[in-house]
Amino acid sequence: MIVTSLPAAPPRPRWWRGEGARALLWLSPWIAGVSVFFVYPLLSAVYFSFHRYDMYTLEFAGLDNYRYLLRDPRVGVSARNTLWLVAVMVPATVLFSLALAQLVVRLKAGAGLLRTVFYLPSLVPMTAGTITFVFLLNPGTGPVDHLLSLAGVRGPDWFGDPDWSKPSLTLLSLWGCGQLMVIFLAALLDVPRHLYEAAAIDGAGAWRQFLSVTLPTIAPVLMFALVTNVIYALQYFSQAMVASRVASGATDSPGSSFSPGYPEESLLTLPQWLFQVGFRDYSMGYACVLALLLFAVSMIFTLVLLRQFRRSGEAS
Amino acid sequence: MSGRGRRLLLWVATHAFAVALALMFLAPVAFMALTALMTDEQALTSDLWPRSWNWANFAEVFDRSLLLRWAGNTLLYAALGTLFTVVSSVPVAYALARFRFRGRRAAFLVVIAAMMLPPQVVAVPIYLVWARLGLTDSLWPLILPMLLGDAFSIFLLRQFLVTIPRDYTDAAKVDGCSDLRTLVRVVLPMARPAVAAVALFQFFYCWNDYYGPLLYAGVQQDHLTLSLGLATFKAFHSVQWNLTMAATLLVTAPVIVLFFLAQWVFIEGVTLTGVKG
Repeated sequence: MIVTSLPAAPPRPRWWRGEGARALLWLSPWIAGVSVFFVYPLLSAVYFSFHRYDMYTLEFAGLDNYRYLLRDPRVGVSARNTLWLVAVMVPATVLFSLALAQLVVRLKAGAGLLRTVFYLPSLVPMTAGTITFVFLLNPGTGPVDHLLSLAGVRGPDWFGDPDWSKPSLTLLSLWGCGQLMVIFLAALLDVPRHLYEAAAIDGAGAWRQFLSVTLPTIAPVLMFALVTNVIYALQYFSQAMVASRVASGATDSPGSSFSPGYPEESLLTLPQWLFQVGFRDYSMGYACVLALLLFAVSMIFTLVLLRQFRRSGEAS
Repeated sequence: MSGRGRRLLLWVATHAFAVALALMFLAPVAFMALTALMTDEQALTSDLWPRSWNWANFAEVFDRSLLLRWAGNTLLYAALGTLFTVVSSVPVAYALARFRFRGRRAAFLVVIAAMMLPPQVVAVPIYLVWARLGLTDSLWPLILPMLLGDAFSIFLLRQFLVTIPRDYTDAAKVDGCSDLRTLVRVVLPMARPAVAAVALFQFFYCWNDYYGPLLYAGVQQDHLTLSLGLATFKAFHSVQWNLTMAATLLVTAPVIVLFFLAQWVFIEGVTLTGVKG
């Protein structure tokens, strides 16, 4: 074999050293994507937020949109609804998924089949699931009320009662918790067995073992689940919108007017209000103010999540 | 009671409880199917069991809606969206996982931030751009952006790629492989489960997406997707729960079939998101 000596490479400039330039090339589609679909819209949202804009005329409005934010009763309503989702629906869903995973882990017979049964509903298309739940919980004639009446219980007005509409959607969320359950299942299976044995020798019962062994071990996954679900709750849109429309019996197509959040704005979330303001009423400027509010809140939770990543040493 | 007897009792209790819960999880689909087969009149009563089996309800759904057209639109959105996402996200994830460069930590943080960004935040300015380009009333504003990478997919792939030992890529480099060749010949074959999971997740995301098509698909019936069409179907046939449930079942069925065809990908993919994340 003949080894030919290559001419010495000319010294490269500093920034070229390492793998920076190559990485830049590989990242370029994503950099373009971030600029066009992340940086640009955020900057122009700030710009539009100082304007009145209905897609035809653009006129400077100063701080009017921001002042209106403080007076808009719908913002308070949707903030309260979101707070309810964060305080009740998220913990309920996370704890239920964890309990379900714990149950599946303990099963000896038929675990695979049951796991599939618990997982499947999470794949049901969101519109289909929501319509089904409105049907199931139809007051008087729905199957759930029928079954309740067999037990002598009179069901509430579910999706028609502002006090029950969010709990009804929470039931939907519990039904669709399969993805979270599988995540918890994997985490539970990763807990080293010998820790349980050691705890058992120390005389710890099942509950004590859960508190002192399971919970600390799966804490990062639990935290991840909580924060992602809170962010998910901040974006809550489709289920609430479909439930409102179907339960109110609105016979309109997507283009026509509809008062969002039925019943009595109990399902009105900030993303829905933003959608109504921007894409139904065409107050693009004010919609951008709402978008920036949503952005600020989401970023706060994202920072919490990132801190969590760093703590579990995964972000490096 | 003896220790053995108690253990047996606990075994029975746990399994009975699990089976009861499983039945509750299956009940919505069962009621959906039973109602789908009822007559119009019976579907409005509180009966649980159909008096006659009206299989023709399914045919009627096809007659009364553009279900096949919606399925076609949804399939186009989901298939192209998935293809574009995989093709554009793999190189980015590869770069984030393998190259050492200044600012790669910052780049990764931007990926996470973009992943957490609610789609509604950027909706107005982006919508205005697509409107100016005359592309609203179509699904292209949803499909085309996927050519530029999807944050969640990049995140998932990157988390998987960092677990591949460096020795493999270093060996390829020693053998004179270019970056592209290393990716295609060495990394991708090892990353098949992650790529499959990303593809499947993206497919399902598009297939089930309601918000995106609501914004862009417009109001014409023949532009709708399945999830959007189903919601309007209910609005047009508000008292016909049997037809609505038949339509709901028809929209749900392909998803369930796909799950059974690719079960392992789902379970592994979900695990990937949570535990490594």
